[in-house]
Amino acid sequence: MGATVISNEHALDGGPGPLGATYGKMMMWFFILSDALTFSGFLAAYGFSRFKFIETWPIADEVFNHFPFAHGVDAPMYYVALMTFILIFSSVTMVLAVDAGHHMKKNKVAVYMALTIVGGFIFLGSQAWEWKNFIKGEFGAVETSGGSILQFVKKGEDGNYERVKLADFAAVLPEDRAQHSRNNGVWFMDEATIPSHSANEIIQGFKAHEDILVRVETIDPTTKKKVVLSREESIKRLADTRYVVEGANLVRNEYGSKLFANFFFFITGFHGFHVFTGVLINIIIFFNVLLGTYEKRKSYEMVEKVGLYWHFVDLVWVFVFTFFYLV
Amino acid sequence: MAHAHESNTKRIWIVFGILSVITIVEVLFGIYKPKSLYFNNFLSMNLLNWLFIILTVVKAYYITWAFMHMEGEKKWFRRSIVWTVVFLILYLCFIILIEGGYVFDVYKTGFIKWNF
Repeated sequence: MGATVISNEHALDGGPGPLGATYGKMMMWFFILSDALTFSGFLAAYGFSRFKFIETWPIADEVFNHFPFAHGVDAPMYYVALMTFILIFSSVTMVLAVDAGHHMKKNKVAVYMALTIVGGFIFLGSQAWEWKNFIKGEFGAVETSGGSILQFVKKGEDGNYERVKLADFAAVLPEDRAQHSRNNGVWFMDEATIPSHSANEIIQGFKAHEDILVRVETIDPTTKKKVVLSREESIKRLADTRYVVEGANLVRNEYGSKLFANFFFFITGFHGFHVFTGVLINIIIFFNVLLGTYEKRKSYEMVEKVGLYWHFVDLVWVFVFTFFYLV
Repeated sequence: MAHAHESNTKRIWIVFGILSVITIVEVLFGIYKPKSLYFNNFLSMNLLNWLFIILTVVKAYYITWAFMHMEGEKKWFRRSIVWTVVFLILYLCFIILIEGGYVFDVYKTGFIKWNF
């Protein structure tokens, strides 16, 4: 259990500091400590909002159920599990680079660093795809004047309710609603993309399709599934419709509680930003390795420090994975 | 264990194996959601969630100790980081989650209904 690399005599060059660690490494650890508390604050705030709306919070399995090249297949969890593997694996290549650095093997360090950077980019790409699905949405929903989200289901062949897309039942009415953009209205004003159906089209379409029912946000504690209303109640609730919601933005989303999307964007976005800066720092250190900076310094401790940051990013993802997708 | 100049490659791959197995177990439990765990509570949280959180902490332990070489640092350096973060996070979760549950009760039993 000895202290790690101390190959430098001068403290300001990264030499020995207190407690057997160099100053640089120690400060990286204290930075990580404070950043860990920042993320804990976000996740605890997420927990707070979730506990506050515990009976109506969206069910993660229904939201994150996409997998590349598997359209319309309900595949909860697989994709995030894959993302977790990508990040854990890039952590492994990072720690292998640190290990090679201890043996002063320049080429090995460079190769492992390069693999880590590639892993980081793949993760960022995966996250972009995840965001795209989340923003685009799949089924669509309506929002009532009270701010609740109503989703649509019908009884499937196996007796369970399955979700129905708005486009599958919405009526086509002779309503013309132009998108207000800067070039067809007041030049300095525009509006968010208008949904593909109007509230009236949804209500009329719902009345025409006898088999479709409304699913509310409330979770039935005995089955832990969302409550489906009867046909009469559905029509009654639907009369309150204010907006048609397709996908998600920071104002409203088709999955349920508004805070759900806000926290999703904020926490995974902040984590993604960390991954992005981690990749940038990795690239800088990678070029330094290639230039032989650490070879001349006779210490690869810089790789170790950036490695600490990279592992921290992985550590945060482990918690985000648990609290957003599993729990 | 994490000595500066001996190779740790074998241990790294073992830890990778452990982390992968834990992740796979989590995903399987997340997909199948065994009823005995999902519908039984302990301290007002279901056993499945307890399992997920415990496994997550185990993963965090391996990442910090093996990958970040925490096991190789001096005892009080390690403690100055780990004890601080563990204490503050537990405290934060305790007060904030209790408060969240309380606000839920106010909405449920009181006269306020407002989604913000």
